[in-house]
Amino acid sequence: MDYFLELFLGGLTRGSIYALIALGYTMVYGIIQLINFAHGEIYMIGAFVGLIVAGICTIYGFSGISVLILAAIAAIIWASAYGYTLEKIAYRPLRGAPRLSPLISAIGMSIFLQNYVLLAQTSDFLPFPNLIPDFEFMEPVAYFIGSPELVILVTTFVTMILLTLLIKKTKVGKAMRATQQDMSMARLVGINVDRIISLTFVIGSALAAIGGVLVASYIGQVNFYIGFLAGVKAFTAAVLGGIGSIPGAVLGGLVLGWTESFAAGYVSSDYEDVFAFGLLVLILILRPAGILGKARKQKV
Amino acid sequence: MKKITVLLTSVVLSFGLATAGFAADTIKLGVAGPHSGDLAPYGIPAMRAAQLVVKKINAAGGVLGKQVELLIQDDQCKPEMATNAATKLVTDGADVVLGHICSGATKAALGIYKDAKIPVMSPSATNPPLTQSGDYPNFFRTIASDDMQARLAINFTINDLGKKKIAVLHDKGDYGKGFAEFAKQFIEDSGKAEVVLFEGVTPGAMDYSSIIQKVRRENADALIWGGYHPEASKIVSQMKRKRMKAVFVSDDGVKDDSFLKVAGEAAEGAYMTGPRDLSKNELNKAAYEEFKAEYGTDPGAFYQEGYSAALALLNAIEQAGGTDYDKVVEALHTKYVETPVGDIKFDSKGDAEGVGFSVYVVENGAFKELK
Repeated sequence: MDYFLELFLGGLTRGSIYALIALGYTMVYGIIQLINFAHGEIYMIGAFVGLIVAGICTIYGFSGISVLILAAIAAIIWASAYGYTLEKIAYRPLRGAPRLSPLISAIGMSIFLQNYVLLAQTSDFLPFPNLIPDFEFMEPVAYFIGSPELVILVTTFVTMILLTLLIKKTKVGKAMRATQQDMSMARLVGINVDRIISLTFVIGSALAAIGGVLVASYIGQVNFYIGFLAGVKAFTAAVLGGIGSIPGAVLGGLVLGWTESFAAGYVSSDYEDVFAFGLLVLILILRPAGILGKARKQKV
Repeated sequence: MKKITVLLTSVVLSFGLATAGFAADTIKLGVAGPHSGDLAPYGIPAMRAAQLVVKKINAAGGVLGKQVELLIQDDQCKPEMATNAATKLVTDGADVVLGHICSGATKAALGIYKDAKIPVMSPSATNPPLTQSGDYPNFFRTIASDDMQARLAINFTINDLGKKKIAVLHDKGDYGKGFAEFAKQFIEDSGKAEVVLFEGVTPGAMDYSSIIQKVRRENADALIWGGYHPEASKIVSQMKRKRMKAVFVSDDGVKDDSFLKVAGEAAEGAYMTGPRDLSKNELNKAAYEEFKAEYGTDPGAFYQEGYSAALALLNAIEQAGGTDYDKVVEALHTKYVETPVGDIKFDSKGDAEGVGFSVYVVENGAFKELK
């Protein structure tokens, strides 16, 4: 039973990070039907900014959890700026173009950002400081669930509640939902659609940056390539849950995290990815739009 | 007519005698390897090493008062050309052969040398069965075989650390999985410890917490990792996070400064095998300088191993007092010789003892050579 719980918590931690990144994919897709392949790179840039800012903070004598918060805030601002710029230069000029064009543009941006970080930073793995301190009260259960896992779970939980509030309760959220339902109608009722799209990119990037900083300080290393693998997994989670659906992305992330964790724990870690992608295929066969996705009727 | 035949016969005979007499005056060292083609960079350094050694020894009076003559054959690392090169060396009367370079070519040629009773020493063929199968008692090598690291790591884990339950993980790559499979085999063969877990993990995965939990559930007291340092850093950090006491033992893919830097404190107490530190070996430095003086560049791959093989072969002839096959082989097995890869002799299978790898431990943020 202990073992089951350990795997459950491990899967939950991993899954909640997938969910954070998947939200960015799904929100963008929901509004402009674009798979933003450069999203994984935003996550990676968030981690790098976190590393740089954490280094600076340490020099100026900050310590403990305050460094984590400062690094996360800086990463959010920086990554959001990247997300905003990305949309402005790579996707906005292609609005209205056939769907394949922005997709190719997204792949191009992904390659560009990876190589930019590779050249500007290094190809080597860099150590990421352990920003999440080991809490005293966690010590008796540290073998079971550590402080970093706790921080990751609490942070993602709070972030998701805030996101839900933003979308359900605020005027901006209402505008986002309207844009998602029908872009030209939203424009007619006076919503600045371009601004809403930019905002979606900014929010998605901020979530990815939070994920980047949390994961980097959890596993203690960053590299220009981490965004690719995380991006692939998060994209899988988004599709699994139903791309375009926000609760779907969260559910998809968690299901994927648990599948991987249990597959590694009870079967073999050799087959971790086999189970993860096998599940994806199975769900797409049974529910082509994903677990919570709505099949849209094609208007002819 | 009859007289002419007799005359001819005697002429032929005397030629034969002359050739035999001439042959006795030099020691013939065959050198075979790729000296042309795309793999030439692996063969040329060893060939130049042999030339430098022979030049030096001849200048100092040769071996047993005889000059050493080099017979050089190109095999381009191709098995079919290697058999030709071997046949040519045998017909030319090579006493000992330095080569071949590639494992495949070496294997193809060895049978020919074995039938002709010629000791062969490779500076680079690392395929384990070449020595371990016992098929080629005439074969020796001055480089560690592919399974040497795993053998060393397992011996250390079982005999020096006394671990009984060992989990073996790898990164599913050729290098890591190869190491892990040898490790598993040696643990099982030893009979002193058991493999409680043998699994591959996905390199670059977000975290390894489930596999670490599994290692804990199996109560493993040692974790052997076959792979490179990025995953190793994650594994040792997560082991520390989960308060695990199992020792971490790995290969030279982990013996990298990045591991120390990235894993930080979590790396303390981790063991790994890595190439033996030769920076204090005077002969090694001298051999390097010799090459630099002659060619003006860095030597390249297998130079020091080639240099060592040439020295070991010629030393064995000197010790044996001649080129008699049995005596030379016995000398190789029993007499130590100082070479750029260390003070070596060869074990019963033909592998150089004490060549190649040492066990290192991470102590105060640095690698420390243990043995």
